[in-house]
Amino acid sequence: MIAALQQHKYLQFTVLLIVFLLLCAIITPSENNWLWRLPPLIKGLPLIINDSVDYIMFEWWLIDVYDPEIEEYEQKPLMNQFTRSISGVILFLIEFVREIMLGGVKTIVTFTGWDWATENQWARWPALPWTVVAGAAAILGYALSGPRLALFVGLAFVYIAVFGQWEPSMETLSFVLIAAPVSVFLGLMLGVWAFRNRVAEMILNPLLNVAQIMPHFSYLIPVMVFFGIGDHAGAIATVIFATPPMVRLTILGLKKLPPEVTEAGMMSGCNNWQLLIKVLIPTARRDILIGVNQVIMQCLAMVVIASLIGAKGLGNDLLIALNQLRIGLALEIGVCIVLIAIVLDRLSLAWANKQTDYFADLSFAQRHKYSLIFGVVFVIGIVLAIIGSFVFKEGFNYLYLIPHNKGITTETFWQAGVDWIWDTFFYTLKSFNEWFIVEVLVPVKTAYLSMPVAATFLLAMGTGFIVGGMRVALYVGGFLLFIALTEWWDRALITAYLMTVAVLISTTIGIVVGTLCAQHPVSTRFILTVCDTFQTFPSFIYLIPVMMLFGVTDTSVLIAIVVYATVPAMRYTVEGLLSVPESLHEAGSMSGVNRLQRWMFIELPMSFPHLALGVNQTVVFALSMVIIGALIGTDDLGQLILKSLSDRAGVGNGLILGLCVAFIGLAIDQILRTWANQRKQALGLD
Amino acid sequence: MSSNAVTATEPLIRCDSVYKIFGDNAKSMLENSGGVVDASKFQLAGCIVGVNNASFEVHAGELLIIMGLSGSGKSTLLRCISRLTDATAGNIYIEGEDILSMSNKQLIELRRSKMGMVFQNFALLPHKTVVENIAFPLQVKGISTQDSIQRAKEMVDLVSLTGRENYFPRQLSGGQQQRVGIARSLAIEPDIWFLDEPFSALDPLIRKEMQDEFLRLQGVLSKTILFVTHDFEEALRLADRIAIMKDGVIEQLDTPANIVLNPATEYVRKFTEEVPREKVLKIESVMDPYNADEDVSELKVSKDAIIETVAEAVLNAGKPVPVVDEENNIVGLLHASRVVNVLFGSHADHSAELTP
Ligand SMILES: Nc1ncnc2c1ncn2[C@@H]1O[C@H](COP(=O)(O)OP(=O)(O)O)[C@@H](O)[C@H]1O
Ligand SMILES: [Mg+2]
Repeated sequence: MIAALQQHKYLQFTVLLIVFLLLCAIITPSENNWLWRLPPLIKGLPLIINDSVDYIMFEWWLIDVYDPEIEEYEQKPLMNQFTRSISGVILFLIEFVREIMLGGVKTIVTFTGWDWATENQWARWPALPWTVVAGAAAILGYALSGPRLALFVGLAFVYIAVFGQWEPSMETLSFVLIAAPVSVFLGLMLGVWAFRNRVAEMILNPLLNVAQIMPHFSYLIPVMVFFGIGDHAGAIATVIFATPPMVRLTILGLKKLPPEVTEAGMMSGCNNWQLLIKVLIPTARRDILIGVNQVIMQCLAMVVIASLIGAKGLGNDLLIALNQLRIGLALEIGVCIVLIAIVLDRLSLAWANKQTDYFADLSFAQRHKYSLIFGVVFVIGIVLAIIGSFVFKEGFNYLYLIPHNKGITTETFWQAGVDWIWDTFFYTLKSFNEWFIVEVLVPVKTAYLSMPVAATFLLAMGTGFIVGGMRVALYVGGFLLFIALTEWWDRALITAYLMTVAVLISTTIGIVVGTLCAQHPVSTRFILTVCDTFQTFPSFIYLIPVMMLFGVTDTSVLIAIVVYATVPAMRYTVEGLLSVPESLHEAGSMSGVNRLQRWMFIELPMSFPHLALGVNQTVVFALSMVIIGALIGTDDLGQLILKSLSDRAGVGNGLILGLCVAFIGLAIDQILRTWANQRKQALGLD
Repeated sequence: MSSNAVTATEPLIRCDSVYKIFGDNAKSMLENSGGVVDASKFQLAGCIVGVNNASFEVHAGELLIIMGLSGSGKSTLLRCISRLTDATAGNIYIEGEDILSMSNKQLIELRRSKMGMVFQNFALLPHKTVVENIAFPLQVKGISTQDSIQRAKEMVDLVSLTGRENYFPRQLSGGQQQRVGIARSLAIEPDIWFLDEPFSALDPLIRKEMQDEFLRLQGVLSKTILFVTHDFEEALRLADRIAIMKDGVIEQLDTPANIVLNPATEYVRKFTEEVPREKVLKIESVMDPYNADEDVSELKVSKDAIIETVAEAVLNAGKPVPVVDEENNIVGLLHASRVVNVLFGSHADHSAELTP
């Protein structure tokens, strides 16, 4: 019996489940029963964090600062001054880019002061006509890649202008154009540092792990405290969120380089700096570019969230549209965000792949071709704008700056569509919704909430132990303990419940669809393209269509999570199945298995490591979406994080809540990753 | 191939008891061992012996080939001399200067002016075109874009890649990529040329072609060369001298003929056992003293010719063939029977016969 137990993991697991159920049955729910709920021993932690932050911000290390207003030196806290200057620089940069496109006075004010600007009303920086910006973007696309990119970029900008989203789009763009390069630069620096220095890597690694699973919101609160509210705060939060994947991919890319490349660089006589800039980074370009792409995607995913702390632009509008249930408008704004994301991604990619021709003997006109074309576009755009000012009435010059929400709109069409769906399917949708909530969601939620804490620990740590031994069990236990000692265990259970249901559905769909599509090369390519496309959408976009159908309910959130989180499950399934060597297929066919058997007994086990990592990604995606779901109303950890946003002293709460979410993810990550690695070794895939 | 360049002057490269041992406590272990390194003992302590007590000299214009099985420390030795890795102990002099005591700056200067290296897997920069790759060492030195590209174009012509200047490495075949690697290593006109198994990653046919190309280049440029290979045939085709390594130790360093004829150790004997003699031996080593009485053929052969290259002609001549030196003076006679013996006789026989 014991021997059998040691050999067969599923037996161990069965025993574990039985004990778990027993515990659930025995332990009585009561406030004072520690086996039911642990006492919130670290309840005070958020307060401590708040106090320390306050101290650092307002009392720590006073320095003398000259104040020109009162012409005297004043004592001010260092940190405060420091964050203030960072904010100032970033804000200036954003305003600068913004005013090139939209016009304004703030850049001028920075150099002259408000008084002067008010006296000299002529000193205004005029906006570029949208035609010129769109033309310039198209020229850039042409210069970097060719007519196809030029056409795409041009059309994207025309769409934005014509649909009356020009101003918010340019606001968003200016903010991304600052945040993205800063993130890329920071990510590269940190990545290189970790690559060169083992201690640095040891410090960065756990930070990156947590940072990647921390919900977006939890960054907002500390940023708000340190940097205030506004575009710069949004940009800083975005940078914090977008940098970790860049660091990751930089390290990954540099580590993959064969030593010969470094040696070739050194033998070419490079010094350290040249080696880094001219050899290592460009050679690791493939992964680093994936990092850049990630940064751009993260930046646009943060557009909406950053609007919560005052970033202007599309995000803010989208949030309002969603709250007012204006689906059509939300959709149009969503398309703008996606377009900006794709445009930036393609342009940066083309830029990185650009090649110079040293041999062509170019005339002046050829060498300055693009500047000249831009000059022409510039003049034509301005002429058009002037003509427009005679044709259109004041403030509605469509050839200069199409006013916000005064363009074409398809909103009525979409609204009609929504109405039609509601009219036609009202009862179907409603009854499905009700059935799903009453029969599925509520029971699962109740079941989660009625788990005694001791049973939860047993189940999680036991699974960890069976999969990876004592080490994993302790890790998992540690993560859970932290959550259990806060006062938010029940909320965490709700988060976990939403996530579990979503992950189950996503994984099932992902594996089934992925397997079906992997059967044929054409469908394989198709599904991979679909995955790519879906991954360029910021997570928010997924909320729009489901709200259209189900209104503001747990069902909507769940469906949005499922759509979002199915993508990695699908991708990893396809890639896993593709990685099964051809010879194994043949061996299987020769031993006379049918298709289903082959899938069950050969392909699935062989691709298990991939699948496990896919599920892992699904968990991460689902968690981040669960939290975003809070924006349209759930009652889990996400909702609390959102609340602490509006609380000046919410830093501690927000941070601890964020850590709770991250730790749920990390606990699952531990188990799945260990499992995947073990299977990999057992299958000899390493 | 100018062994006559070996003179009594200061050698270009001199290695003095060079050790390279990988591992955390390599240095202290080496100090305690007093210079006598037993690879297996070190391995037990977690150290891997790369190079073990290497001492030798290379003179200007010489082509030294470093041979040995995979893992015998060839690359490591090369990397010690180019200081891509720091030797654990010993001294390495280049033109009399101790490179181990050089500062980073001096080292970079040395590489920028005197060294070039070709790698087994080409190690081209994937984001740069053919000319950009070749111009890279020049640009790193600070030479203007225009001049460096100009010079790179000359190098492109030199390695016969004209017309492919703007290709990326991924658009080239292996042989072409290695041509770029060669051109890059030569761009700064180095005095010392390191080649680490430059042709091992290529198909046999291409390899032959590249060896010919290499010989042609060496004929034009006459550099001092350290060439690593594990292919004996290649070594025989190219070398002035050959160093044979085993487990980090240089077992023997000598001319190809001497290594084949007088293997210093059992390992070297085994290593050279299968080597066809006619590919190694020069006419000199099998000729008889000149005898004016004999009726000789019209054909004359150089004493430095490899037997294989002239065997057919000598056998067809029907009469003994006079052997001449560089000044065309007759220094000996070659009898067909000797050649037949080398070609078909058992190895043991004639090594007994030829060994003085
Ligand atoms: N960076 C390194 N760290 C540890 N061991 C190494 C390193 N480089 C080479 N070695 C070891 O040194 C020995 C010699 O390697 P190498 O010089 O590459 O051999 P070769 O070029 O003759 O095939 C091998 O046993 C190899 O494993
Ligand atoms: Mg080697």
